[in-house]
Amino acid sequence: MKRRKLIDQITSGWMLLCLFVVLLIPLVIGLGLVLKSLPILQLYPLSELLNGSDWKPMAGHFGFKPFIVSSLYVTLISFLIAAPVCLLSAIYLTQYARRWLLNLMQPVIDIMAGIPSVVYGVWGILVVVPLVVRLASVWDLKTSGYCILSGGIVLAVMSIPFILNILIEVFQTIPTELKEASLSVGATYWETIKFVLLREGFSGIMAAFGLGISKALGETIAVLMVVGNVVQIPGSPFQAAYPLPALIANNYGEMMSIPMYDSALMFAALILFVIIILFNILARLAINHGEYRC
Amino acid sequence: MLRRKQIEEGVFKTLAALATYLIIAVLLFLIVVIFKQGYRALDWDMITKVPQGGYYFGGEGGILNAIIGSFYLALGATGLAFIIGLPVALFMNVFLIRHRFWLNRIRFFLDVLWGVPSIVYGAFGFTLMLFLGLRASLLAGILTVTLLIVPIMIRSIDEVLRTVPKGLLESAYALGSTRTEIAFKVFFRQALPGIVTAILLSFGRGIGDAASVLFTAGYTDYIPTSLSQPAATLPLAIFFQLSSPIPAVQERAYASAVVLTLFILIISLLARLLSSKYKEHTIK
Repeated sequence: MKRRKLIDQITSGWMLLCLFVVLLIPLVIGLGLVLKSLPILQLYPLSELLNGSDWKPMAGHFGFKPFIVSSLYVTLISFLIAAPVCLLSAIYLTQYARRWLLNLMQPVIDIMAGIPSVVYGVWGILVVVPLVVRLASVWDLKTSGYCILSGGIVLAVMSIPFILNILIEVFQTIPTELKEASLSVGATYWETIKFVLLREGFSGIMAAFGLGISKALGETIAVLMVVGNVVQIPGSPFQAAYPLPALIANNYGEMMSIPMYDSALMFAALILFVIIILFNILARLAINHGEYRC
Repeated sequence: MLRRKQIEEGVFKTLAALATYLIIAVLLFLIVVIFKQGYRALDWDMITKVPQGGYYFGGEGGILNAIIGSFYLALGATGLAFIIGLPVALFMNVFLIRHRFWLNRIRFFLDVLWGVPSIVYGAFGFTLMLFLGLRASLLAGILTVTLLIVPIMIRSIDEVLRTVPKGLLESAYALGSTRTEIAFKVFFRQALPGIVTAILLSFGRGIGDAASVLFTAGYTDYIPTSLSQPAATLPLAIFFQLSSPIPAVQERAYASAVVLTLFILIISLLARLLSSKYKEHTIK
């Protein structure tokens, strides 16, 4: 009897320890990134780093604006493509479609979410880049195809499974009675969706979009492969850009030889970390309504 | 008036259906394109040989180094993540089950952690590596990928454990079990199918992630024989071969992409099969 109690105590202690280790991970990551980016933060004011558009590490100029603008631009385009498609699809799957289609969609979503980003990148080079070149030639625009629009399209495809999955869940948790009430007073199916479903699920929909955006902001390899990687503040979707994750991934090899370079890259990682954590917290708080309460 | 309503409904219903079929079509298209491009350069040498001399200029050899390297890396990371993750998930569902407040906060926290992108883990892993005095190696790669998949592992096991009926917990308590016994002898067994799925899911994430191993695992033409050696990984093999200007090497990148995609498809299929197979033995 004593032995069982002892084992129980040891196990619970060990489990608690594991839990604390896991809870410490983001704090340690945040702390590590802050410590590493301190040197550059002490040397230059924050506003100059975020607002400067001059990027010449050899000469000691670190302006992150081209990278931040690129990241936002690519993410915005992917959002504009993915959001309506996911919203319409989620509505169709939960309101109109037969049961089998929803069942079929589950593995489709799983596989799409499981395909590694480098494979999406390969697909982007094979399909999306030539497609964008052809699209540009319609308006007589010059582009190599390795540009913001390509990055945005690839990202949109990659974030679809994440957004769609949450949206389906959101629509499924809306009580059927609400829909029945609306239908019984003579509303059409579409009116019910428009005035009941979308309103009732508003916070959930926003959360799904928020998570999709944060997923797109942090995506690295696939975007890096199709976006062109030119340091500039892009003016049109057909120009090349250089998002933050690509900056970190491309320059890690040589950063040790240039002063402040590693600190600058760590600062880039810190910016990403902070933005994405914030987005996630807001989105999760919005979902919070239903999921965590029960 | 009614006519307009009907038209609006028809238009949107068609659009919604189109969006759904578009998503399925894109996935199929993606898989078809990858396989069609890749199968030409895919032969036995690709998957049974390590790169020989001049491989990156179109010479003999294959990507066995990357396949084995990725496999080691994902296996090590999944193992570690399981060792840390299973106790946490069990702790949450057996020990903390009455503390809703904390339980919700931990879940929230893990979900947020899940959203941190792999490049941030990669950058942090690199810092950690320098801090610990390690070189780019299999060990450093495993540690970084572990950090990346721990939240996924815990939350997926947790989601399964949540579905274990409360009656089982109460019955086990009534029979005089300790919490540890309930956790490992009741909850663990009951949730086994879901746990297998969670492990496979994490393994898939580990094998496919490139950004986190870019600086931490290094790259080599040999199969690593110890934890302190660098290891090649499949995603990086694809990435590096694709950036070569030589068409023959690019062809091999496409073939490597087929190999990686096949792995992911098999893992996904396996997860579905196994979880439905083990489900026969759980108590409803």
